[in-house]
Amino acid sequence: MSYEFLQNYWWCLIALLGGLLVALMFVQGANLHLGNRQLSDLQKRMVLNSTGRKWELTFTTLVTFGGAFFASFPLFYSTSFGGAYWVWVLLLISFVFQAVAYEFQHKKGNLLGVKGFRIALIINGILAPFLVGTAVGTFFTGSPFTVDKVAITDPSAPIISTWGSPWHGLEALGQPYAVLLGCTLVFLTAILGALYVLSNIDDEAIHTQMRRTVKIAAIPFLVFFLAWALLNLLAEGYAYDAEGTISLQMLKYFANLMQMPAVLVMLLAGVVLVLLGIWKGAFTKSRNGFWFAAPGTVLVVMAVFFLAGFNGTAYYPSSSDLQSSLTIRNSSSSYFTLKVMSWVSLLIPFVVAYIAYAWRQMDRRKITQDEIKEEEHKY
Amino acid sequence: MDTIIWSRIQFAMTAAYHWLFVPLTLGLALVMAVMETLYVVKKDDFWKKAAQFWMKLFAVNFAVGIATGLILEFEFGTNWSNYSWFVGDMFGAPLAIEGILAFFMEATFFAVMFFGWNKVSKRFHLASTWLTGIGATISAYWILVANGWMQNPVGTTFNPDTVRSEMASATAFWEVITNPVAVSKFFHSITSGWVTGGIFVVGVSAWYLLKGRHRDFAIKSIIIGGLVGLAGSAAVMLSGDSSGVHAAEFQPMKLAAAEGLEDGGRGAAFTIVPGVKVPRMLSILATHDPDGYVPGINDILNGYTDNEGNVVPSVAEKMAGGRVALDALAVYREQKDSDPEVAAQALAVLEENVRYMGYGHLEKPEDVVPPVGVVFWAFRFMIGFGMLTALVLLLSVWFGWKDKLPKMRWLMWAAIVCIPLTYIAGQCGWIVAEVGRQPWTIQGLLPVNVAISSLSAGAVKTTFFLFLAVFAMFLVIEIRIMLGAIKKGPGTVEPEKA
Repeated sequence: MSYEFLQNYWWCLIALLGGLLVALMFVQGANLHLGNRQLSDLQKRMVLNSTGRKWELTFTTLVTFGGAFFASFPLFYSTSFGGAYWVWVLLLISFVFQAVAYEFQHKKGNLLGVKGFRIALIINGILAPFLVGTAVGTFFTGSPFTVDKVAITDPSAPIISTWGSPWHGLEALGQPYAVLLGCTLVFLTAILGALYVLSNIDDEAIHTQMRRTVKIAAIPFLVFFLAWALLNLLAEGYAYDAEGTISLQMLKYFANLMQMPAVLVMLLAGVVLVLLGIWKGAFTKSRNGFWFAAPGTVLVVMAVFFLAGFNGTAYYPSSSDLQSSLTIRNSSSSYFTLKVMSWVSLLIPFVVAYIAYAWRQMDRRKITQDEIKEEEHKY
Repeated sequence: MDTIIWSRIQFAMTAAYHWLFVPLTLGLALVMAVMETLYVVKKDDFWKKAAQFWMKLFAVNFAVGIATGLILEFEFGTNWSNYSWFVGDMFGAPLAIEGILAFFMEATFFAVMFFGWNKVSKRFHLASTWLTGIGATISAYWILVANGWMQNPVGTTFNPDTVRSEMASATAFWEVITNPVAVSKFFHSITSGWVTGGIFVVGVSAWYLLKGRHRDFAIKSIIIGGLVGLAGSAAVMLSGDSSGVHAAEFQPMKLAAAEGLEDGGRGAAFTIVPGVKVPRMLSILATHDPDGYVPGINDILNGYTDNEGNVVPSVAEKMAGGRVALDALAVYREQKDSDPEVAAQALAVLEENVRYMGYGHLEKPEDVVPPVGVVFWAFRFMIGFGMLTALVLLLSVWFGWKDKLPKMRWLMWAAIVCIPLTYIAGQCGWIVAEVGRQPWTIQGLLPVNVAISSLSAGAVKTTFFLFLAVFAMFLVIEIRIMLGAIKKGPGTVEPEKA
């Protein structure tokens, strides 16, 4: 196994984790219905219990995504998390509230009341996909940072990665190209959430609401996604050569798509699957749209990561100092670390297998009103 | 300067909060799993109800543990940016593996355990309960491998081209995961969790006995919880002993601070409290030899000869070597492409002095001395409260077995009082471990002042107070919900809000 192979392999795994994270954010999307006035309190509680059995998977995927990024591309971890501070802090706070909102919501003595925790879940439902999307959006637009490894020898200013904007990440909200991806994810996760609830709950009124949501969210999702995709494919991109020198290149991402036909196929297949899921949810009697849209989402997100990082592209470009841009070559862990972790990664199929087994066992019986009324173990 | 202090305060606060929830998770998981096993084996519904009651409390606690853990993981990046790059190659892998191998196990089987009573088979449910606890335990192993590496950084070399500590070889990872410091830390932390879970169950049950409620449930819980706690106590003492030996070997300053030992020597005495000493005891604990040499704070500052006859240079000498290494690194980086000869010379100088490079970041030799008073007293509270709890657990199990407990009200009260004392002991343990290694984030390699992110003190202060407020609120809510559930007692539906 060569060093390059290992770096590529880990970029694939990061892309996969990113894809799974976005798909699993159906939890966030579905929780938006806690504020849906067309649903009764009992029906909202059914939604809460439906996502309540899955949120830990989303949360764990977020943590593992962070951990794997740290382990395989530590320069990204140190540069982005320490630099775009406020974006990550906001994201974390929203997830922290989400983590306790299920358990605390219907318990006496919870201080914030049912409403307070539902509002926290709704905020997380919007903020999490929006911030994750915007952050990934900056993979294409660039961020204002510099990386200077000699700094560590300078006692007066020893920090290697420094951020050029006093907004520490919030400046990304002023980059329309990045924000478009954030908006795309908000509507995509809303669609995924509705499709999941449709498949997991037996209740006619809820089904009607979910199909409506899919229909309503589909249009802004498509508009935002297409706008983002077109603008980025036509924009300048950050390329690096054999020496690792970074330069701006016209139509870089479009060129990537043409030069990596496998990624083009992934992207198209993913988009078709998502559209198929939307169509099934919005216009047919089928309840299994989720099982098209979710894998489709994974494929699309992976393709986006591949466009950002493969084919000689700097995946985390610096807009203030071109040569500080991060590539999968200059930001990765050492050969031995990547190799050891690659061996560990062979256990991933085993992990996926037991998750799938437990998921099937738990979702065999759909959630009904009677269950939520009678079951003692519920949120 | 302010950014360093606030980054440390923020990390310490997050870690301390996290450790309020983790030990109970580890301990209660075992108690519940044992009870559910009794239910499945004996087919007695009593044990099902008992397991479900403790599970309810487990779930409230688990949620906050997850929330604080998320912040903790990402704070390495947000607030310790230089650290993340400098040792990410070593430190990141255990974190990633923790996610892949442990967190998914916990997450998946927690949901089955909590909601699956009427959905999956009895056996699958039992397996899920065990796997939730095993997942938490595996998770603790990997994070303590990471922490153990910070205390004793094995298997790494400095790479001047990437400017970081890297995995040294194909077998280095094995050194990292079998690092003796990590292994004894793992056993020490896990089993201290059993003590916490044990005394929690015993204390809550004791309250029922005092109130004359749920007598049968309380006594049986005291025996199971007490046995788990006792097993934990015994293991905590054993692993504590090896922790002492490791500190002497790898972090002598931590040991000197914990003992308040200004000047060391052979046959050093152990100070129980100031003024009360046991002759030769410190040498026995630290080196397993009554005549073993234990360096004091001044010896470490001024240089000494260790038990193997190695001469350890003074801190001032190490700092001088470190500065030479840092200067050589700067020259090497500048000349690498332009003047290979100068670069090669610089590299040779660097290699000669690289093992003291971390010391080059220090301002004065005294910087290597941690706050002695804090570490000294934390160490004593940890041991004192730990011993007291072990005794109370022993008596509770003994008299519970003899069925004499309900008459021994003082013991019941003692068990209740020992719940907060055990938490204090756990916090004190981490204070010894983490404050005791100041100023190092990575022992000998990277002091805190060069480990931080490029943030203003104001930004870090803001997030500190934000996190503090959120965590404090969660803690208050958790305690209120738990007290409510405990008042309701086992076998009843949890209190509902309309």
